[in-house]
Amino acid sequence: MTLELLFATAIGVLVAGGIYLSLRGRTFQVVLGLTLFSYAVNLFLFASGRLTIDRAPILSKAASSYADPLPQALVLTAIVITFGMTAFAVVLALRSFLESGSDQVDGDDAACDRHAKPSVTSEPSE
Amino acid sequence: MALPLTLYLLVFLPFIAALLIAIGSGKGRALHSGIAAAGSALGLAIVFAMAGRVLGGEVPTVSAPWVPTLGLDFSLMIDPLGLMFAVMILGIGLLVVIFGHFYLSPTEATGRFFASLMLFQGAMLGIVVAGNVLLLLVFWELTSLSSFLLIGFWKHKAEARQGARMALAVTGGGGLVLIAGMVLLGSVAGSFDLMTILQRGDVVQASPLYPVILILILIGCFTKSAQFPFHFWLPHAMAAPTPVSAYLHSATMVKAGIFLLARLWPVLAGTGLYTMTVTSVGLITMLFGAWVALFRHDLKSILAYSTISQLGLLVMLLGFSAKMAVVGAVLHIINHAAFKAALFMSAGIVDHEAGTRDIRKLGGLAKVMPITALVATIAGASMAGLPPLGGFISKEMMLDETLHVSLFTIPWLVPVVATVAATLSVAYSFRLVAHLFFGKPRDLQAHDKAHDPGLGMWASPAFLVAVAVLLGLIPMTLAGPLVSAVVEAVTGEASPPLGFALWHGINPALGMSVAAVAIGTALVWRHAGLQRAYDGLRHVDAKTLFDRAMALTDRRIRKLIVAVHTPSLQRMLLATFAAIVVLIIDGAAMGGGRLTGPRAGLPASTIAVVAWGLLIAATLAVVLAQRQRFLVLIFVSVIGLVIALAFVHLSAPDLALTQISVEVVTILLLLLALNLLPKTPVQLSSNTRRIRDGVLAILGGLGVGGAAWAMLTRNPNNPISSYHIANSYTGGGGTNIVNVTLVDFRAFDTLGEIIVLGIAGLAIYAMLDTTERGAAGARLRAWQEDMPHSPERHPLMFVMATRILLPLVLAVGIFIFLRGHNQPGGGFIAALVIAIAFLLQYLASGFDWTDARRKVGEHMLIASGVLVAVATGLGSLLFGANFLTSSFGYFDVPFIGEVELATAMLFDVGVLLVVFGAVMQALAQLSQIAQRAARSHVARTNIQQGDES
Repeated sequence: MTLELLFATAIGVLVAGGIYLSLRGRTFQVVLGLTLFSYAVNLFLFASGRLTIDRAPILSKAASSYADPLPQALVLTAIVITFGMTAFAVVLALRSFLESGSDQVDGDDAACDRHAKPSVTSEPSE
Repeated sequence: MALPLTLYLLVFLPFIAALLIAIGSGKGRALHSGIAAAGSALGLAIVFAMAGRVLGGEVPTVSAPWVPTLGLDFSLMIDPLGLMFAVMILGIGLLVVIFGHFYLSPTEATGRFFASLMLFQGAMLGIVVAGNVLLLLVFWELTSLSSFLLIGFWKHKAEARQGARMALAVTGGGGLVLIAGMVLLGSVAGSFDLMTILQRGDVVQASPLYPVILILILIGCFTKSAQFPFHFWLPHAMAAPTPVSAYLHSATMVKAGIFLLARLWPVLAGTGLYTMTVTSVGLITMLFGAWVALFRHDLKSILAYSTISQLGLLVMLLGFSAKMAVVGAVLHIINHAAFKAALFMSAGIVDHEAGTRDIRKLGGLAKVMPITALVATIAGASMAGLPPLGGFISKEMMLDETLHVSLFTIPWLVPVVATVAATLSVAYSFRLVAHLFFGKPRDLQAHDKAHDPGLGMWASPAFLVAVAVLLGLIPMTLAGPLVSAVVEAVTGEASPPLGFALWHGINPALGMSVAAVAIGTALVWRHAGLQRAYDGLRHVDAKTLFDRAMALTDRRIRKLIVAVHTPSLQRMLLATFAAIVVLIIDGAAMGGGRLTGPRAGLPASTIAVVAWGLLIAATLAVVLAQRQRFLVLIFVSVIGLVIALAFVHLSAPDLALTQISVEVVTILLLLLALNLLPKTPVQLSSNTRRIRDGVLAILGGLGVGGAAWAMLTRNPNNPISSYHIANSYTGGGGTNIVNVTLVDFRAFDTLGEIIVLGIAGLAIYAMLDTTERGAAGARLRAWQEDMPHSPERHPLMFVMATRILLPLVLAVGIFIFLRGHNQPGGGFIAALVIAIAFLLQYLASGFDWTDARRKVGEHMLIASGVLVAVATGLGSLLFGANFLTSSFGYFDVPFIGEVELATAMLFDVGVLLVVFGAVMQALAQLSQIAQRAARSHVARTNIQQGDES
């Protein structure tokens, strides 16, 4: 078994989980789905530099070849941006839950109608 | 000072003042108005210093390319026309600032007020000195935006908000039309340079596009200058504080349209179409405005309609396409600015001191406020066109010019209508003054309250009235040279000889004038009866029509949006994912080759297989246990951990460090959010739906996984990374190639990314800061604890441990940051590590305790981080290098040894500040909300327990 196979299958499983959760109806699941999906995307980006062992991208006189630094740099910022996106999605989910009392992504069944006119905010149920 | 710098300074001065005021908005009124006054005065001084040369025929010009591919240059020029407007904008601006200082109470948001006022002043100044029509458009739009802020200044008042919105819709919409007209004009003339366009009038008028250009530009001018039928926004803009009205509606905002008509006179004027359209619109507006002004009751509304009427007069004069008419227009622009600003200020004084602007409740105020009465009476007389005031001279010229124009081939039409309008002007001016200051007081309460204000408030209108008087007494001395230079600048030809004087002998114009005064006086005498007749007529309310049109547009657009863009996230995501799956399958089929490539794989160790198994199991667990939300978080963290380990294994230490610290922060974030979200919701989707999604998910996983496999088993095709490896040390001065890439080779990307992160942080703040209000606030206050909590809110061990850890973690963070250029580490990772240390304080000791000890807000961190990063990049420009080029050197520091300092490190400081700020913003805000909810829950429980015992 090669590392490449493990890596590719891991990406596949993460993508599958990510897609499935992103299609669920509640905001928190969608956030989880986004998280899994981002893991997969970051790994995929990283994979574009191919896998290397014991060759860090730190210059030294002893080393003869290095890991590809460019995908690493891209993925590094991507990881941080992913956090920004997740945080934003979480807060959006929270605000929408507090605002509407429902944690469904599309509000409720009447979502389409509600988009046509401003929603009437209901009192919170005790 | 060198001339180019002076011109730039002139335009940027108001913006600098606005920025300074905004920065000091927490300070007092005197600081705000002081900065505004100083800015205006300095600008005025600059203009006066240039005046001699400009009137002598010189046209100071500066130009710098901005977007050369579009023909947009940042070019400024000041000719006599620009000079006259600049003097009015800055001079009346200064008077308005002084007046506004005393008019607004210190408790109001004076910082916002004066900052918006300066913003507007800068935009207006930009219009009149712009030397490129595209640049002019930029400033034009800026006046619409800043006037929106000013008109809506009292944002708690519905009428202010509606008035501001209406003004923005009309003038902003007109601005869009104007853009179309100007772009066409520029393309026909072959240049966007104003001077070039002005010399190509014959080319433009010969073009088949001329009628289109003319109509588009006229719509822009007419909306801005409140010409019929776009006039209706102006009366509603009266909801603004009076200093704003005095500024915007006497000399500036509404004069922008007049300015542009005058500016483009050589290009547009002279054709039959131009003369007919502009003259008739001006004539109708003049008559209509004067008619309505006679029957309004609100002082400011009377002034608003009178402004509409006077603007109509100016438009009409420019429409005559005759040089002498331009002379009259230019002179009247000056006169109108003086008397109208004075009248608006007087109205503001009356409102301020008597508590009402309703003319039906006022009267006889001359006894209690004699100074105001004197000022307003003279200004009103100038508006009515009585000798010996400035208004008389320009009105005579106007009437005289009407005799030379025949509209629709009817020679008497213009003079007769103009005389009627002049009669009505006399009537509304007389009524304003007479009903306000003379006769018997109608409402004793308002009358007894009223008194003259302090010198600060009446000084500005008094000065303007003095100017109005002098414009009548010594017009040639005061305005002669200026007007003749301006007329030359407008028409592009030598000005006709001027002979401004009060007495021109007995001529038709004098006869028309005498008739206007006589009939006007009679109208005021019989006003009560007229008013009853007027009230009996049916009136079209422009606001209702406008609101209806807006509502209709709104509904149509909403329908359109729903039609093209289904408002369901689930359905949209489904379509997106399905499309991606199809594309991958399609790509694989087109590729036509084998899935597995020739590249040899790396053998997997047992540990790697175990970790892989953990990741797969954890992912499945996340999907299966998705409704037990706390449990899920544990599985998510397992995935993150395995990925971090994978990065370690696969020679990416920087990524491993980043992943592990982001993981901690993300889990904290999700935990905090879960505190308030439902913990274990019921299942929502039907079985068929879940099977459908499952199939799509598996297809997607196979596709992406297969693509990854195909890529991993092939050799990269000539990667550009070798450049980075070769130049990292020699060019970037660091041995950690990843970090050098981030802060040097691809620093521009990084800059973009930290800005995005900063925006995310601010957006989170915006979303959470307002949760207190409305339905969200009610729900938050009614929040119930739905799971058992530790009885000890701040466990002692936890608190102590985190406090001891803080300095240690900070030291680690600084260490990681400093070594980042050469060893794994850097700004991103250091920021996350430090953020975790601080977040632990919030978690252990509570939001309040930690927040009270915080010295710098997150906004400041984000802003200063971006600024530091940008400043570092700009620094390289000073040395002639490209934006964000880094430089480095080695320095010998005593005791420590050789130290490398790179500008990239400064950039990394910016990165650190933004990332730290954004992370703290997100989590601290969230924890504050959660704690507030918990506290209100505890408070309620205590009350309930108190009731029971």
